[in-house]
Amino acid sequence: MSPLLFSHFTAMSCIGAGLGQTLDALCSQRGGLAACQFEGIDLDTWIGEVRDVDAVRIRHDLREFDCRNNRLAQMGLAQDGLAEAVEQTAARFGRSRIGVFLGTSTTGILQTEQAYRRRDPVSGVLPADFVYHGTHNPFSVADFTRRYFRLTGPAVAASSACSSSAKVFGSARRMIEAGLIDAALVGGIDSLCLTTLYGFNSLELLSSQPCRPFDAERDGISIGEAAALGLLTRPQDDLDSDAILLLGVGESSDAYHMSSPHPEGLGARLAMQAALDSASLVPRDIDYINLHGTATISNDAAEGRAVAALFGAETPCSSTKGATGHALGAAGGIEAVICALALQQGLLPGSVNTRRADPGLALDYLLVNRRQPISRVLSNSFGFGGSNCCLAFGRAN
Amino acid sequence: MVSAAATVAWHLAVLTETGLALRPLTVSLEGIGLLGPGLADWREGLAILANRADYRPSATVLPPPAALPPTERRRSGKAVKLVLAIGQEAVAAAGLDPSTLATVFSSSGGDGYNCHEICVTLASGDRRISPTRFHNSVHNAPAGYWSIAVGAMAPSTVVCGFDASFGAGLLEAITQVAVDGIRTLLIAYDTDYPEPLRSVRPIFDAFGVALVLASAHSSRACAEITVTFTVAAPDHLANADLEALKLAIPAARSLPLLQAIAQGRPRRVVLDYLDPLHLAVEVSP
Repeated sequence: MSPLLFSHFTAMSCIGAGLGQTLDALCSQRGGLAACQFEGIDLDTWIGEVRDVDAVRIRHDLREFDCRNNRLAQMGLAQDGLAEAVEQTAARFGRSRIGVFLGTSTTGILQTEQAYRRRDPVSGVLPADFVYHGTHNPFSVADFTRRYFRLTGPAVAASSACSSSAKVFGSARRMIEAGLIDAALVGGIDSLCLTTLYGFNSLELLSSQPCRPFDAERDGISIGEAAALGLLTRPQDDLDSDAILLLGVGESSDAYHMSSPHPEGLGARLAMQAALDSASLVPRDIDYINLHGTATISNDAAEGRAVAALFGAETPCSSTKGATGHALGAAGGIEAVICALALQQGLLPGSVNTRRADPGLALDYLLVNRRQPISRVLSNSFGFGGSNCCLAFGRAN
Repeated sequence: MVSAAATVAWHLAVLTETGLALRPLTVSLEGIGLLGPGLADWREGLAILANRADYRPSATVLPPPAALPPTERRRSGKAVKLVLAIGQEAVAAAGLDPSTLATVFSSSGGDGYNCHEICVTLASGDRRISPTRFHNSVHNAPAGYWSIAVGAMAPSTVVCGFDASFGAGLLEAITQVAVDGIRTLLIAYDTDYPEPLRSVRPIFDAFGVALVLASAHSSRACAEITVTFTVAAPDHLANADLEALKLAIPAARSLPLLQAIAQGRPRRVVLDYLDPLHLAVEVSP
């Protein structure tokens, strides 16, 4: 593919509001997980909750979109100069030439869960203030974002579970290359809800401690939430030295099982190889891999085998989910931003909460931060239903 | 909305003049699958849309998902049955091996019955939901079942555009074919919602359409289609029952395109997308 400029990115997660706090947390290997005290949930687990989401007031003209997920989106849209960048991009290309591509898995389903608790006891009717299209529907977050910036181009929500906000980079890339748009607002927004917490609990995949990716004694995930966004455009000739390029996108399907990965990570390996091919790179060109690394026994084993098969044990890699938790449909987005920061700062993030890397997986798995200039990285995102996506990013210089 | 429409029109006009973009996206259509209320398959739909047979609305009949292994078959809901039926019909019509095809799945929402059961449980005193209900709740569950059923490890993209979902899926599939030259199976579908969700999302029955799309000038093509953005008004269907179906179920916004294909002569139709931005589709048999 022709490389695209990934700029004006921002992230909001339990490790920080905006790039400054996020980078600070990464530099000090500070995690954001805390024991779950969300919505009266009675599960013994840790979560990555973004603070003060409930205090956000959705812009008045968009109040039909009011829900936790869009409040989280609005927090992300309003920070790190993204809104100004969108306005500049609109002035340059036109509002119809900017597409919106956002990944999410559960959008505002928390709103529906709450509405079911408030059903009319006799008729079962949902409360009159419940707005399905602005909250529960997967498109609501893309619709909200498009209206927030008064954009008039194409918009779509990608919803393939935990690969969602990596997949949007592929969709946006194709639409830019087709000439239908000149810029894309990409990313992911996913928020805490009962469906995922009780759902992963039913699969016995929730850890009762802060999750420990790739640890020999890992025992499950910690669910997080996040908003991560950025702009994709065709690169100009005069890129500054910190510019980050999307170099490649690789996609595949496991065709194996709905909620378990292929044991040898075959689909994951296909996606990583496709990302390398798309970027015209070979494994030794990659300086760091941000792993999907959810901290379940089977996911990390499958991904570790796939990485070892393709890269051997030489390529530094880590999961940042010990810090952020697993933001599900926003995971690909937040990890794309972490990769961009890693490239700019020469920072290979060490795995938070991991005490002893699984000796059964022959990898250069980073337990502590490593500082060195790096040029090219991969970011893995794999989801339920066997949906795999791998992104390749690089420095422009 | 007038000013938004005017803005879009202005930008489209400017860009057409400068020739910067709006490169027409032309792809070959190699196979069609269809299933909906009163539309048992594409053969029946073709006769109705070409005005050779009457349209008689009746409830959609979903066939059992024979392609799935027994465990998966037991766990699958309406959407899975629907996508397997229309996907297999389209791929068979194209004479292709489904395991080789990349896919785009587009739906305006998830499995409403499954969602309802989860929300009822989560609102009750015992919030333990079943693992099967949970993995069936993801928007890409039908895509996952499809890949397992046909053994497809090719990329699969799963999108949603609420009422614009058919247009969103068509754009996703067409750009994949035109930009990367990857033959792609588009499966656009919706299934009905139970109460109380139906009151807020009144989709009354299942409807799905599957299109096998390939690079232009394919020897298997039954038609070529070219897609551009437009701010022209979307087409209406002359048959009132079909027009009602089109408006009631987002995936049925595809019906004007299917009618143009069924009529077998060059035609330009405008499909609903994100009002006032719509999709103009030129169909050449």
